[in-house]
Amino acid sequence: MAKLVIKNLRVAVAGDLILNGVDLEINDGEIHALMGPNGTGKSTLSETIMGNPRYQICDGQIILNDMDITELMVDERARAGIFLAMQYPTEVAGISNADFIHAALNAQNDGKSVPVLPFLKELEEKMSFLEIAEDYADRGLNADFSGGEKKRNEILQMMMLKPKLAILDEIDSGLDIDALKIVAKGINAMRGRNFSCLMVTHYQRLLNYVIPDVVHVMMDGKIIKTGGAELAKQLEKTGYGNLN
Amino acid sequence: MNNQTKDSLSDERGGVDDITPVFSTGVGIDVATIIQISKSKDEPEWMLKLRLKAYQVYLEKEMPDYGPDLSGIDLSQIKYFQRATDRIARTWEEVPDEIKTTFERIGVPEAERQYLAGSAAQYESEAVYSNLKRDLEDQGIIFMDTDSALKKHPELVKEYFGTLVTMEDNKFAALNTAVWSGGTFLYVPKNVHADVPIQSYFRINAGRTGQFERTLIIVEEGASVNYVEGCTAPNYSEDSLHAAVVEVFVKKDGYCRYTTIQNWSTNVYSLETKRAQAAKNATMEWVDGNLGSKVTMKYPSIYLVGEGATGSMLSIAAAGANMHQDTGAKMIHMAPRTHSTIVSKSICHNGGRADYRGLIKYTKEAVKAKSHIECDTILMDNNSASDTFPINDIETSDGTIEHEAHVSKISEGQLYYLKSRGLDESTASQLIIMGFLEPFTKQLPMEYAVELDRLIKFQMEGSIG
Ligand SMILES: Nc1ncnc2c1ncn2[C@@H]1O[C@H](COP(=O)(O)OP(=O)(O)OP(=O)(O)O)[C@@H](O)[C@H]1O
Ligand SMILES: [Mg+2]
Repeated sequence: MAKLVIKNLRVAVAGDLILNGVDLEINDGEIHALMGPNGTGKSTLSETIMGNPRYQICDGQIILNDMDITELMVDERARAGIFLAMQYPTEVAGISNADFIHAALNAQNDGKSVPVLPFLKELEEKMSFLEIAEDYADRGLNADFSGGEKKRNEILQMMMLKPKLAILDEIDSGLDIDALKIVAKGINAMRGRNFSCLMVTHYQRLLNYVIPDVVHVMMDGKIIKTGGAELAKQLEKTGYGNLN
Repeated sequence: MNNQTKDSLSDERGGVDDITPVFSTGVGIDVATIIQISKSKDEPEWMLKLRLKAYQVYLEKEMPDYGPDLSGIDLSQIKYFQRATDRIARTWEEVPDEIKTTFERIGVPEAERQYLAGSAAQYESEAVYSNLKRDLEDQGIIFMDTDSALKKHPELVKEYFGTLVTMEDNKFAALNTAVWSGGTFLYVPKNVHADVPIQSYFRINAGRTGQFERTLIIVEEGASVNYVEGCTAPNYSEDSLHAAVVEVFVKKDGYCRYTTIQNWSTNVYSLETKRAQAAKNATMEWVDGNLGSKVTMKYPSIYLVGEGATGSMLSIAAAGANMHQDTGAKMIHMAPRTHSTIVSKSICHNGGRADYRGLIKYTKEAVKAKSHIECDTILMDNNSASDTFPINDIETSDGTIEHEAHVSKISEGQLYYLKSRGLDESTASQLIIMGFLEPFTKQLPMEYAVELDRLIKFQMEGSIG
């Protein structure tokens, strides 16, 4: 099961109300795309679902598989099965990528250590699937990674952690054409009844490779239109100006 | 690895077992005490004279007028000479629980715990040490305690002893010269490369350092050595003052790395004088970790006396409750194209204080000198504090110095990122701290690195979340 329900979400950042009543429902196994002009609140929604403490929920509810997670802390939400591939992944020097992913898996395994050898084997497989060079396992977490490499590393983490709900905030930005295909391949590999996904994107390009079940358009902190994959194609031609 | 290579060098290290009966000179120091120390070790006359002269210098010198508060040291109450092997400080029951817990948490083998805690005088020995010793001897390397070296290689000791750190240097260097005992003597002949790190006897023995150790290392032309001493595990010392002196001579094209890890109990004042000299194209590296003590004052220096010589200092300091780490480095460039690097990392938690104090000096001869200094501090809470006191004394006009200093809290952004993958606050903070220390940790022999990680985790637990 991997079902997300958001009801009437209002969120303020630094005193300004940014999300102004968002309703959203993602059913088991669905992939939704979230589009919309810059600064309309897409990252705000993503971060709020993840539980970033800088975003204050003024009203509304976030429910994952019938569990109200509105009050949970970020790490509790992660352990409940939410994953956010961030628009700007953070660098942490000195912690190797592999150690970090292992620590995250342990954390999601009630703090019990996940056996190292099977872990390393799986990591190696997933890295090779995503065409990430082997030595990136030992490099510092995102440290001095290029923009595109960071994005790919987010997908690697997603594949290793196997969340119920993944939110991918502009996972396609800064990716070259080959990298885009690889990232799409990673997302498609996750598809299944126990995985739902919210992809924030500006471009149809990604949606050609990962076909969304539902497309939403956000403006001024609200979802103003919802449709199928064809909605994104239409937007590509007409832009946001002709909506409403 | 050394957890298994148990060996007590008590009989090697004292080097005086066959000479004098067990004794201590009691508290306090005077001329008679010094004569007694020297006689008990059957030292040559010149050493006794040196000790007595140093004692006069010690009396005349003032206490340091900078840095931490030293008013808690009562010099009249210190035991200046005790045979190391006879010091049983306490029974295991009397060892503070805190220390027992730390042993447990960082995985100090059962067998080593009593020794480290000072409740066993000797550590069970095995034959491993003698194998190592034979290997070294085959290469012509001399490696023994300094008392033994004074007997077996008096001419070598006399040539170098006190020439780099003179008794005039500071009050505690003078005191050490007057009452020194123990320490390591290491001589690496020309073009010999000691391929494995040479550890100060074994880790376990290194844990029980004496109070006034005197270490002398000579690396001849084209030779190289990697020397490791100290101990990550908390080292419970009865003695409140530890004032060691270390002198290192690296000849032309030579290489020496000197790694120290120290974790004194928080009753200890650790006031050390460490100095190295690097000749033409030679390299000297200090790797220095200070994890314990009440007060540490330690500024290892390197005199870059030969053209193209390189010096580096990589240090970490962790200061918790009631601790003041005042550490740094001094790089004295005295020849053309000499380079130095200082990387200093500290963590302050539970109200601890860690300061950096450093000197970069370019004399007129040091044309085209280069130096890079980096000081990074993480403050875990608002009660902890840190300061930097860098001094540059430059007599040339074509040198470069880069200095970076950062004091920060644990980054919110990093914490959030780690937590968003499911790590709780304290695990996330620990990982970030490990990452911060990694440039240091990765330079350590494996067993030290593993223990250091565990120790820091354990120390951090109280200060996170
Ligand atoms: N931490 C913050 N502090 C202050 N303002 C913020 C913060 N985060 C977001 N905002 C503001 O909230 C609004 C929505 O930002 P958000 O990042 O959610 O937009 P977005 O839809 O993701 O835009 P883009 O397509 O450019 O990524 C913007 O006006 C932004 O300036
Ligand atoms: Mg955004």
